[in-house]
Amino acid sequence: MIRTILIRATLIAATLALSGLLAQPLAAQTDAPSVQVDPPDLQGSRPLEKQTEAAVIRDYLQSWQSMAAALDNNQPALLDADFVGTAHDTLAATVDEQTKLGIHTHYVARSHHLQIVFYSPEGLAIQLVDTVAYDEQIFDHDRELISQPVNARYVVVLTPSEVRWRVRFFQATPPASPAH
Amino acid sequence: MIGVRAPVLVGLVLVAASAAAAQSPGMNLPPSVTAGTAFSIPTSGSGQAILILAGPGQVLRESVSLGQPVSFAPGVLYSAGRYVAVLAQGSATDSGVFDVTPVPQPQKLSFLARPSRLPVALPNGVSGTAFVFDAYHNIITTPVPVSFQLSDSTGKAQERTVTSHDGVAWTRMNSASKEGTAKFVARAGDVASTRVIDEVPGDPCSLTLIAHPDGSKVALQTAPVRDCSGNPVPDGTIVTFTEARDGLQSTVDVPIKQDVARVDMPSWDGATISVASGIVAGNEIRWEGR
Repeated sequence: MIRTILIRATLIAATLALSGLLAQPLAAQTDAPSVQVDPPDLQGSRPLEKQTEAAVIRDYLQSWQSMAAALDNNQPALLDADFVGTAHDTLAATVDEQTKLGIHTHYVARSHHLQIVFYSPEGLAIQLVDTVAYDEQIFDHDRELISQPVNARYVVVLTPSEVRWRVRFFQATPPASPAH
Repeated sequence: MIGVRAPVLVGLVLVAASAAAAQSPGMNLPPSVTAGTAFSIPTSGSGQAILILAGPGQVLRESVSLGQPVSFAPGVLYSAGRYVAVLAQGSATDSGVFDVTPVPQPQKLSFLARPSRLPVALPNGVSGTAFVFDAYHNIITTPVPVSFQLSDSTGKAQERTVTSHDGVAWTRMNSASKEGTAKFVARAGDVASTRVIDEVPGDPCSLTLIAHPDGSKVALQTAPVRDCSGNPVPDGTIVTFTEARDGLQSTVDVPIKQDVARVDMPSWDGATISVASGIVAGNEIRWEGR
């Protein structure tokens, strides 16, 4: 019954090409992450339409591209389309800190394993968990210090805006944290 | 000669290797740190180096004297998440990954309660969703009991405790049978968040038509109109009076005022007079002029 969807670069590339903002990071990224999506496990909170699920996943994956571009180029404005509230403020503060310290970081996602786990009864929030594998490269004054493989389990809350879902909370937990 | 020099060369190589190992930077990362707490990272080696802690939520950069622990004061590293740490001295580096975990005590609730206004006696009509945060606005992903309490205007309360799951707890509750302002409270630990919900009367439950002769007219009036929980239906609710005779029909829409709807209609002997509001129909009378 487990449904697995593998989305390669096409979806993300097509989405991002429309925005026109992230062409450079995409061009530099030769290997797009693999994406696996498990069926929603909503605990009866609210039925989730297929279109909504697809939109949430599309917008969340794009948010990773936006975050990577913002932290790589130290440009907080790149966060505006995909992040809002606490997630936006936190990431923007990180970009500011990086700029002050002469650091930039390059996040290259290798794989996402996603599951939507909550859709609030009134339809104003969706929560998903993403077990993600990525490489984090740290540059000190443009000198690469390290490229570190990282596995993390992200807890993410998205809320609807005018035309898309935007990430409101975004936080990693250890991969070994209790499963649902 | 060869037999004499070989051990010397091996010894020199070992000494050089161990010297290099002794000078290369090293650190001993804690597996996890609670957000906002003081901690230190022991280092090894000699000379100066830099230590960078980098995650999406926060970045720190410290100058380090190798061989000394790097201390971080309370409140310095507060954003929960996975961090990469790199200790660099020239081209020599040591790196690792560690976690900053949320403070387990809730300090803030983000509480969504919907709707803000609804009819009384609606099963599962009110929903509440609470996101649980620590003092640094990190989502507390460990299970936390969250109690929801919905108190109606008389003080009667429904209460339910839900354990949060990855920082979220939610519930549904019935609206009260008594109209008025209800308080919806979510509470986790010592922190609470309150929302106000306006519970209004529902549709009329039944209609009773009363008729009196009034000269050439018939005075029509409803009995006080209540919803099915006994709450007075709000003024302005439309009641429709219909009088029919010999294929002719006369209809009047009247707003309820002070619990009742009143109207005068022509007194037609043999007419059938009925009353309705929304989908609720009242009694029907046959008017004989008295």
